[in-house]
Amino acid sequence: MKSPLSWNRIPRVQPDKIHRLGYRQATLPQESWPLLAYGNGRSYGDVCLTESGTLLLTRGLDRFMAFDRHSGVLRCESGVTLADILALVVPQGWFLPSTPGTRYVTVGGALANDVHGKNHHVVGTFGHHVRRFGLLRSSGERMECAPDRHEDYFRATIGGLGLTGLIEWVELQLMPIQSPWMWVESRRFGNLEEFWSLNRDAETKWSYTVAWIDCLASGSKRGRGIFLAGQHAPPQANLPSFKERSRRMAIDPPVSLINHLSLRAFNALYYRQPVNPCGALQHYQSYFYPLDTIQDWNRIYGRKGFFQYQCVLPPSVAQDGVAELLNTIAASGQGSFLAVLKTFGEKPSLGMLSFPRPGTTLALDFSNHGEATLRLLDSLDAILREAGGTLYPAKDARMPADLFQSGFPEWERFADYIDPAFSSRFWRRVTS
Amino acid sequence: MNSLKRIIIFGATSAIAEQTARQLVARGASLFCVGRDSSKLDAVVHDLQVRASSEQRVDGKAADLLDVSHHESLLDAAEDFLGGVDAVLIAHGTLPDQKACEASFEQTRKEIDTNATSVISLLTLLANRFERQRSGVIAVVSSVAGDRGRQSNYVYGAAKGMVSIFLQGLRNRLARSNVSVVTIKPGFVDTPMTAGMDKSGPLWAKPEQVAEGIVKAMTKGSGDVYLPWFWYWIMLIIRHIPEFIFKRMSL
Ligand SMILES: Cc1cc2nc3c(=O)[nH]c(=O)nc-3n(C[C@H](O)[C@H](O)[C@H](O)COP(=O)(O)OP(=O)(O)OC[C@H]3O[C@@H](n4cnc5c(N)ncnc54)[C@H](O)[C@@H]3O)c2cc1C
Ligand SMILES: NC(=O)c1ccc[n+]([C@@H]2O[C@H](COP(=O)([O-])OP(=O)(O)OC[C@H]3O[C@@H](n4cnc5c(N)ncnc54)[C@H](OP(=O)(O)O)[C@@H]3O)[C@@H](O)[C@H]2O)c1
Repeated sequence: MKSPLSWNRIPRVQPDKIHRLGYRQATLPQESWPLLAYGNGRSYGDVCLTESGTLLLTRGLDRFMAFDRHSGVLRCESGVTLADILALVVPQGWFLPSTPGTRYVTVGGALANDVHGKNHHVVGTFGHHVRRFGLLRSSGERMECAPDRHEDYFRATIGGLGLTGLIEWVELQLMPIQSPWMWVESRRFGNLEEFWSLNRDAETKWSYTVAWIDCLASGSKRGRGIFLAGQHAPPQANLPSFKERSRRMAIDPPVSLINHLSLRAFNALYYRQPVNPCGALQHYQSYFYPLDTIQDWNRIYGRKGFFQYQCVLPPSVAQDGVAELLNTIAASGQGSFLAVLKTFGEKPSLGMLSFPRPGTTLALDFSNHGEATLRLLDSLDAILREAGGTLYPAKDARMPADLFQSGFPEWERFADYIDPAFSSRFWRRVTS
Repeated sequence: MNSLKRIIIFGATSAIAEQTARQLVARGASLFCVGRDSSKLDAVVHDLQVRASSEQRVDGKAADLLDVSHHESLLDAAEDFLGGVDAVLIAHGTLPDQKACEASFEQTRKEIDTNATSVISLLTLLANRFERQRSGVIAVVSSVAGDRGRQSNYVYGAAKGMVSIFLQGLRNRLARSNVSVVTIKPGFVDTPMTAGMDKSGPLWAKPEQVAEGIVKAMTKGSGDVYLPWFWYWIMLIIRHIPEFIFKRMSL
């Protein structure tokens, strides 16, 4: 069987074995270790990959176990995707309290990376809405973990990068909604300073906030972009009709279609798109998951793949730090289609290795031009180091060990909870 | 068009059957599921219950279908639970180790019992019930392997071939009673049954794809259905290769 890749298609590594899980009561392989769960491969990097041992494919664990329509408590197997959940619960008036920018991730993957959404400043991370989960260890032991049960394993497994064992099932507390539509306001801002003031105001008023920025603009236009604020719409009679159009990127171009010229053109155009400062209704699918309409969009970067770079900077240095990162990127001429800027809220993450923390997060992707790209990322690392920031493991294929260890100070304590049979390429890389 | 509201599924823990069950539930059906392994069956049934509306009913019972003496009571339990039966899907099966069968008649007999005898026991009972009722759908997952014997899996092929021919006769018998008899012949499907095989290449289908074809065939009351469709053409060719050539081929 062809070895699965992660979303950015770097690195390409082959485990010794690939094992598909189908039913929960199965036991874990007792040979060909290390083991590692692979959900839907929507991480950008090697948290879901191993170049030796056995990759456990979890998508076969895709059953709902129980759903209480009155309380919004849902229990399901760990290979169920957020798309499956939304299809089930949205028509019944419920929603995921926290969701990443694609719905094609598994519940197990969302838990293991303790993912966050555009409403982090209000609801915290995915882990804050997990009531309990089942963990299967390689010893055969099955542990039910909850805030008041095996609390240490609960905190280790949330954001635990799949290293504490196999998450078999998860119980979530969903959030009530009155409509599948969102009320969304979008505004253009001309530079970073304008972003900060818009954002400060919007965070107090809106449950979802995020900004897209043109990372190639410099000088007085540095950090120009579009600010999107949203909330779930109230129930209303006059809803527009919605039909999701889906397209597929059907070929692997030999070279990346994202180059200096196409980027500049795209970013300039995107910045000039019509905005809606008075607000408008938007269906939740196109609001939360714009990229999901183009299946396999990651192939646009060609066979060599791409790097995603998502960092967080502490509040005190965020403004200067973001400005400096953007200066460096604009000067390099290598840029990103989708540079996303968002401030995290104050709610402390539960996981020992959770990424979200108070501060500002900037996410960018870069075509893989080999050495030139790696050099640029190294220079961005230097800015992070200086500022006391760090990178998101879910989106990393190359960070140096020191940046991980300084950014995740609980990593050594966390190591006590790792299942002796589990490891990933990421973990070996950042701890060696 | 047959209305599929109350359905019994045998072998409900099979990957193909489970996907079919999900699609049937999404169309508003009530289901009674039979599977061999009770914990797997519970997982399947709970999932379907979550997917069903409060008007639909879904439950199941664990049974090893090799034990044909329980077949009658299983059908009674299902009929009680559903309040009548519109359709039945029989999907259980095993893919024998051909070499082991060549070495042992006992092994061969067991495979034939699982894939053919147990199915024919169910069909005998169902045929009489549906004949009296004068409506309904009987669908069975046979296989393209039943269309011609090949050295690599003729025990499986013979059992599936027996089922296919039995169904042909049954269809003929029940046509005047307004009962549809549907023979499903999948090609290669990516399921646990074929776990050991190399699944690259364009011939492999996903269980949800095959499930879609099954639901359509049951609704329309089609006869022999190859899934995906191109297997019709592949098997047409394979059936027509002259035996003196076929016997020398390594298939
Ligand atoms: C378009 C796009 C937008 C995104 N937007 C965001 C965003 O806004 N916010 C955000 O936080 N992330 C975002 N992500 C990243 C994504 O949400 C995470 O990488 C997510 O964890 C991927 O889930 P997955 O099911 O694909 O898991 P994988 O990528 O396959 O695995 C992720 C990790 O989970 C572990 N794992 C998976 N299943 C299990 C299990 N059953 N038991 C134990 N461990 C398990 C793996 O070992 C691995 O360490 C985005 C990704 C894409 C492609
Ligand atoms: N996969 C293919 O390529 C393919 C091609 C053509 C036809 N088919 C046919 O499709 C059907 C479904 O198979 P699948 O591919 O979905 O494989 P599967 O997931 O392995 O399903 C086979 C099922 O049959 C059940 N079963 C076996 N013996 C049984 C018994 N004595 N009593 C009750 N249940 C029994 C198994 O139960 P347990 O889970 O308890 O073992 C299992 O759930 C089978 O009839 C198969 O022959 C498959």
